Amino acid sequence: MIYSFGKYILLLRLSFRKPEKFSVYWAEVMREMVSVGIGSLGIISIISIFIGAATTIQVAFQLSSPLVPNSIAGSIARDSTILEFSPTISSLVLAGRVGSSIASQIGTMRVTEQIDALEIMGVNAPGYLIAPKIIAGMSMVPLLVITSIALGITGGWIACGLSGDISPSDYIAGVQGGFNGLTVRVAMVKAIVFGFLIASICAYQGFYTSGGALEVGQSATKGVVYSCVMILFADLVITRLML
Amino acid sequence: MIEVKEINKTFGENEVLKGISAKFAAGKNNLIIGGSGSGKTTLLKCIVGLHEPTKGEVFFNDENFTEMNFEQRVPIRTQIGMLFQNSALFDSMTVEENVMFPLNLFTTQSKAEKLDRANFCLERVNLKGKNKLYPSELSGGMKKRVGIARAISMQPKYLFVDEPNSGLDPKTSILIDELISELTEEYDITTVVVTHDMNSVMGIGDHIVFLHNGRKWWEGSNKEIAKTDNKELNEFVFASKFMQAAKGKL
Repeated sequence: MIYSFGKYILLLRLSFRKPEKFSVYWAEVMREMVSVGIGSLGIISIISIFIGAATTIQVAFQLSSPLVPNSIAGSIARDSTILEFSPTISSLVLAGRVGSSIASQIGTMRVTEQIDALEIMGVNAPGYLIAPKIIAGMSMVPLLVITSIALGITGGWIACGLSGDISPSDYIAGVQGGFNGLTVRVAMVKAIVFGFLIASICAYQGFYTSGGALEVGQSATKGVVYSCVMILFADLVITRLML
Repeated sequence: MIEVKEINKTFGENEVLKGISAKFAAGKNNLIIGGSGSGKTTLLKCIVGLHEPTKGEVFFNDENFTEMNFEQRVPIRTQIGMLFQNSALFDSMTVEENVMFPLNLFTTQSKAEKLDRANFCLERVNLKGKNKLYPSELSGGMKKRVGIARAISMQPKYLFVDEPNSGLDPKTSILIDELISELTEEYDITTVVVTHDMNSVMGIGDHIVFLHNGRKWWEGSNKEIAKTDNKELNEFVFASKFMQAAKGKL
């Protein structure tokens, strides 16, 4: 495990060497940003709306008491969405969607000698292949999380309207009341760290693939599993440190 | 010229290369031949720096490549072109983008100049007009030719070719061999080809290094190969009935 961690750190160091030509790398960063950001927007939107809706209904059910104001469901749904559901659940889904794609893409390039071809040309292969993915992960995951928060809260509002458990106006009052900006800062820190973990762990698994198609699949699976575990671990650490 | 001195390569307990020394001259087709598992591809990968030799040194025109770090190797690497066994074209790029890739990274040419160079290279390998196709849309022979076009796009001094005939029909194999040979003479390139194809050996083998069990077993030209009494080499060269029948005529 220590050996693998050392290899991972060395690979990250190689990834952030000075690029051969900045413009080529920049184009690659843009391409990855589109792939990670736009490519994941659909799935993130769907899960966010449903999670926001389900959370609001469950909170409303658990707090249905004449002693508790109805608007509290809105506050709790908002804070849960911002602090936990949007950053963590979205990142776990992104680990599956983006992470497996990164690991299998780099793994396939390894077993088909495309990485060797890059190295023969004098290209720093980790820099060209991995750094743009990490930069795209760290910049696009926070944007996806912001989108997810907005859609999650909207999902809760839709659920209020459809179920009638709480009135939409009570929900909105709850969402607007007692807002603490720290929750958004925590969510952004989580999103940046999770974006880094997904891209770097899956790229590492892909980069050191050896063998053939079977091993590429195994690398993708390992990449997703390890990044999910690390996301949950980092979630706990960040929550403990910042709240 | 490329020179390898006492190259050893070990993977765990398995010693694949055992003290191989050889010189590969410029403007000649240098072939590394041998049976499966004899260490041909490992030797090639040690020469180009994809594997680090356990012992020994590799020299490119008297510069010790083995002692260099990544940055020091870059100027030599930009003079190297390599055709891989499975072509190793970048799947996400078109034929044109594949050929232009090294130019984009290592030259300051304008887009028009790079495009001109890519078109010239593609024309040279008889792939004019295939610029916008993706590797998945090409046949095996076409992929090899795109691989060659990409390898020569930077006007290399050294060309390395790993099993250029694998998976190709005999006619396409001969065309690829002829193309490699023409380019070697035309641009005075030091070409090193790893093969076990006897058509290549007899057709373009100006200088041949025969490996057996990780050792250099024989060295000579295709004209000398039929006259040698080296038992292992004869078993390798004349393994097929076709070569046995042709032996008297060589």
